[in-house]
Amino acid sequence: MVAFSISEKPIDAHALGASLADAYAGASVTFEGWVRNHNEGRAVTRLDYQAYAPLALVEGERIVAEASARFPIVIARCVHRTGTLLIGDLAVWVGVSAAHRGAAFDAARFIIDEVKLRVPIWKNEHYADGESGWLYPDNTPVATDASR
Amino acid sequence: MNLQILYFASLRDQAGRDAEAIVSSAQDASGLYAELKTRHGFSLDQGKLRVAINGGFAEWNAILRDGDEVVFLPPVSGG
Repeated sequence: MVAFSISEKPIDAHALGASLADAYAGASVTFEGWVRNHNEGRAVTRLDYQAYAPLALVEGERIVAEASARFPIVIARCVHRTGTLLIGDLAVWVGVSAAHRGAAFDAARFIIDEVKLRVPIWKNEHYADGESGWLYPDNTPVATDASR
Repeated sequence: MNLQILYFASLRDQAGRDAEAIVSSAQDASGLYAELKTRHGFSLDQGKLRVAINGGFAEWNAILRDGDEVVFLPPVSGG
Protein backbone atom coordinates (compact mmCIF):
# COMPACT_ATOMS: atom_id res chain seq x y z
CA MET A 1 0.00 0.00 0.00
CA VAL A 2 1.43 3.39 -0.96
CA ALA A 3 1.87 5.94 1.82
CA PHE A 4 0.65 8.95 -0.14
CA SER A 5 -2.01 9.01 -2.80
CA ILE A 6 -4.28 11.37 -4.71
CA SER A 7 -7.91 10.51 -5.27
CA GLU A 8 -10.49 11.90 -7.69
CA LYS A 9 -13.17 10.01 -5.76
CA PRO A 10 -14.43 10.43 -2.16
CA ILE A 11 -11.99 9.29 0.52
CA ASP A 12 -13.08 6.27 2.59
CA ALA A 13 -11.82 7.39 6.01
CA HIS A 14 -13.16 4.32 7.76
CA ALA A 15 -11.25 1.88 5.56
CA LEU A 16 -8.10 4.00 5.76
CA GLY A 17 -8.30 4.11 9.56
CA ALA A 18 -8.56 0.33 9.69
CA SER A 19 -5.45 0.04 7.48
CA LEU A 20 -3.36 1.56 10.31
CA ALA A 21 -3.88 -1.48 12.55
CA ASP A 22 -0.79 -3.31 13.72
CA ALA A 23 -0.16 -5.56 16.73
CA TYR A 24 2.79 -3.34 17.77
CA ALA A 25 0.67 -0.15 17.73
CA GLY A 26 -1.02 1.18 20.87
CA ALA A 27 -2.31 4.43 19.37
CA SER A 28 -3.65 5.84 16.16
CA VAL A 29 -4.21 9.50 15.31
CA THR A 30 -6.16 10.56 12.25
CA PHE A 31 -6.66 14.05 10.84
CA GLU A 32 -9.44 15.03 8.45
CA GLY A 33 -9.35 18.30 6.52
CA TRP A 34 -12.89 19.36 5.54
CA VAL A 35 -14.16 21.98 3.14
CA ARG A 36 -15.55 24.82 5.28
CA ASN A 37 -18.07 27.42 4.25
CA HIS A 38 -15.89 30.48 4.89
CA ASN A 39 -12.33 31.73 4.47
CA GLU A 40 -10.78 35.12 5.19
CA GLY A 41 -14.22 36.50 6.00
CA ARG A 42 -15.87 35.39 2.74
CA ALA A 43 -18.64 32.83 2.24
CA VAL A 44 -17.33 29.80 0.33
CA THR A 45 -19.58 27.50 -1.73
CA ARG A 46 -17.10 24.93 -3.12
CA LEU A 47 -13.43 24.23 -3.84
CA ASP A 48 -11.69 22.94 -6.95
CA TYR A 49 -8.39 21.12 -6.35
CA GLN A 50 -5.73 20.60 -9.00
CA ALA A 51 -2.58 18.50 -8.57
CA TYR A 52 0.58 18.01 -10.59
CA ALA A 53 0.25 14.32 -9.84
CA PRO A 54 3.68 12.87 -10.75
CA LEU A 55 5.52 15.33 -8.53
CA ALA A 56 2.82 15.43 -5.84
CA LEU A 57 3.10 11.66 -5.37
CA VAL A 58 6.90 11.80 -5.09
CA GLU A 59 6.86 14.73 -2.65
CA GLY A 60 4.04 13.20 -0.59
CA GLU A 61 5.92 9.91 -0.27
CA ARG A 62 9.02 11.88 0.75
CA ILE A 63 7.09 13.65 3.52
CA VAL A 64 5.72 10.40 4.95
CA ALA A 65 9.22 8.88 4.81
CA GLU A 66 10.56 11.91 6.69
CA ALA A 67 7.86 11.46 9.34
CA SER A 68 8.83 7.80 9.73
CA ALA A 69 12.47 8.81 10.18
CA ARG A 70 11.74 11.57 12.71
CA PHE A 71 9.13 9.87 14.90
CA PRO A 72 8.86 6.31 16.30
CA ILE A 73 5.70 5.38 14.37
CA VAL A 74 4.43 2.17 12.81
CA ILE A 75 2.28 3.12 9.81
CA ALA A 76 1.61 6.54 8.26
CA ARG A 77 -0.61 7.35 5.31
CA CYS A 78 -2.07 10.40 3.60
CA VAL A 79 -4.70 10.79 0.86
CA HIS A 80 -5.56 14.08 -0.85
CA ARG A 81 -8.59 14.75 -3.02
CA THR A 82 -8.63 16.47 -6.38
CA GLY A 83 -11.57 17.77 -8.37
CA THR A 84 -14.64 19.66 -7.18
CA LEU A 85 -15.50 19.44 -3.46
CA LEU A 86 -18.52 20.80 -1.65
CA ILE A 87 -18.93 22.11 1.90
CA GLY A 88 -18.27 19.34 4.42
CA ASP A 89 -16.42 17.10 1.97
CA LEU A 90 -13.24 15.39 3.12
CA ALA A 91 -10.34 17.07 1.28
CA VAL A 92 -7.34 15.45 2.97
CA TRP A 93 -6.87 12.54 5.35
CA VAL A 94 -3.79 11.75 7.44
CA GLY A 95 -3.43 8.69 9.65
CA VAL A 96 -0.60 7.48 11.85
CA SER A 97 -0.27 4.52 14.17
CA ALA A 98 2.47 4.19 16.77
CA ALA A 99 3.34 2.30 19.93
CA HIS A 100 2.48 5.43 21.96
CA ARG A 101 0.22 8.44 21.39
CA GLY A 102 2.86 11.18 21.47
CA ALA A 103 4.63 10.08 18.32
CA ALA A 104 1.31 9.46 16.54
CA PHE A 105 0.09 13.02 17.28
CA ASP A 106 3.45 14.58 16.37
CA ALA A 107 3.81 12.67 13.10
CA ALA A 108 0.23 13.40 11.99
CA ARG A 109 0.78 17.11 12.63
CA PHE A 110 4.11 17.03 10.79
CA ILE A 111 2.61 15.32 7.75
CA ILE A 112 -0.36 17.66 7.28
CA ASP A 113 1.80 20.75 7.85
CA GLU A 114 4.42 19.64 5.30
CA VAL A 115 1.81 18.54 2.76
CA LYS A 116 0.24 21.99 2.86
CA LEU A 117 3.62 23.65 2.35
CA ARG A 118 5.31 21.39 -0.20
CA VAL A 119 3.02 19.17 -2.26
CA PRO A 120 2.04 20.66 -5.65
CA ILE A 121 -1.72 20.77 -5.06
CA TRP A 122 -3.77 23.93 -5.47
CA LYS A 123 -7.22 24.95 -4.28
CA ASN A 124 -9.47 27.42 -6.04
CA GLU A 125 -12.15 28.85 -3.76
CA HIS A 126 -15.54 29.67 -5.18
CA TYR A 127 -17.37 32.35 -3.22
CA ALA A 128 -21.05 32.97 -2.66
CA ASP A 129 -20.81 36.23 -4.66
CA GLY A 130 -19.73 34.31 -7.79
CA GLU A 131 -16.04 35.22 -7.65
CA SER A 132 -13.26 32.67 -7.28
CA GLY A 133 -9.58 32.73 -6.47
CA TRP A 134 -6.43 30.66 -5.95
CA LEU A 135 -4.85 30.64 -2.50
CA TYR A 136 -1.43 30.74 -0.89
CA PRO A 137 -0.42 28.08 1.68
CA ASP A 138 -1.66 30.38 4.48
CA ASN A 139 -5.09 30.60 2.77
CA THR A 140 -4.66 34.21 1.68
CA PRO A 141 -5.55 34.95 -1.96
CA VAL A 142 -2.97 34.94 -4.75
CA ALA A 143 -5.05 37.53 -6.60
CA THR A 144 -4.05 40.33 -4.19
CA ASP A 145 -0.39 39.62 -4.81
CA ALA A 146 0.30 43.09 -6.22
CA SER A 147 -0.80 44.69 -2.96
CA ARG A 148 1.22 42.45 -0.65
CA MET B 1 14.03 23.14 -29.20
CA ASN B 2 10.61 21.63 -28.55
CA LEU B 3 9.23 21.82 -25.02
CA GLN B 4 6.04 20.64 -23.34
CA ILE B 5 4.67 23.09 -20.77
CA LEU B 6 2.04 22.24 -18.15
CA TYR B 7 0.04 24.90 -16.33
CA PHE B 8 -1.74 24.82 -12.98
CA ALA B 9 -3.86 27.14 -10.84
CA SER B 10 -3.66 30.84 -11.73
CA LEU B 11 -1.16 30.18 -14.53
CA ARG B 12 -3.64 27.77 -16.14
CA ASP B 13 -6.38 30.39 -15.93
CA GLN B 14 -4.19 33.12 -17.41
CA ALA B 15 -2.75 30.92 -20.17
CA GLY B 16 -6.23 29.65 -20.97
CA ARG B 17 -4.95 26.08 -21.32
CA ASP B 18 -3.57 23.29 -19.16
CA ALA B 19 -0.69 22.42 -21.49
CA GLU B 20 1.03 23.50 -24.67
CA ALA B 21 3.84 22.39 -26.94
CA ILE B 22 6.17 25.27 -27.76
CA VAL B 23 9.37 25.96 -29.65
CA SER B 24 11.79 28.07 -27.65
CA SER B 25 15.43 29.05 -27.66
CA ALA B 26 15.40 30.01 -23.94
CA GLN B 27 18.73 29.24 -22.26
CA ASP B 28 17.26 28.06 -19.00
CA ALA B 29 14.05 27.76 -17.00
CA SER B 30 14.30 31.39 -15.91
CA GLY B 31 14.51 32.62 -19.50
CA LEU B 32 11.63 30.38 -20.50
CA TYR B 33 9.38 31.76 -17.76
CA ALA B 34 10.20 35.33 -18.79
CA GLU B 35 9.25 34.44 -22.36
CA LEU B 36 5.95 32.82 -21.36
CA LYS B 37 5.12 35.52 -18.80
CA THR B 38 5.23 38.06 -21.61
CA ARG B 39 3.27 35.86 -24.00
CA HIS B 40 0.45 35.01 -21.59
CA GLY B 41 0.51 38.02 -19.28
CA PHE B 42 1.19 36.01 -16.12
CA SER B 43 0.81 38.11 -12.97
CA LEU B 44 3.07 35.97 -10.77
CA ASP B 45 6.74 36.95 -10.68
CA GLN B 46 9.34 34.21 -10.94
CA GLY B 47 10.21 34.73 -7.26
CA LYS B 48 6.79 33.39 -6.26
CA LEU B 49 7.19 30.18 -8.26
CA ARG B 50 9.15 26.95 -8.26
CA VAL B 51 10.02 25.07 -11.41
CA ALA B 52 9.94 21.35 -12.19
CA ILE B 53 11.57 19.68 -15.18
CA ASN B 54 10.58 16.16 -16.25
CA GLY B 55 8.69 15.51 -13.02
CA GLY B 56 11.30 16.70 -10.49
CA PHE B 57 12.02 20.02 -8.77
CA ALA B 58 14.73 21.95 -10.63
CA GLU B 59 16.83 25.10 -10.32
CA TRP B 60 15.95 28.21 -12.31
CA ASN B 61 19.33 28.13 -14.06
CA ALA B 62 18.81 24.53 -15.19
CA ILE B 63 19.68 24.18 -18.89
CA LEU B 64 16.70 23.07 -20.98
CA ARG B 65 16.93 20.24 -23.47
CA ASP B 66 14.84 19.28 -26.45
CA GLY B 67 11.76 17.34 -25.35
CA ASP B 68 11.76 18.53 -21.71
CA GLU B 69 8.48 18.82 -19.83
CA VAL B 70 8.54 22.06 -17.84
CA VAL B 71 6.07 23.02 -15.11
CA PHE B 72 5.99 26.35 -13.30
CA LEU B 73 4.55 25.77 -9.84
CA PRO B 74 2.52 28.59 -8.26
CA PRO B 75 2.42 28.80 -4.45
CA VAL B 76 0.77 25.56 -3.34
CA SER B 77 -2.43 25.45 -1.29
CA GLY B 78 -3.33 21.85 -0.58
CA GLY B 79 -4.94 20.68 2.64
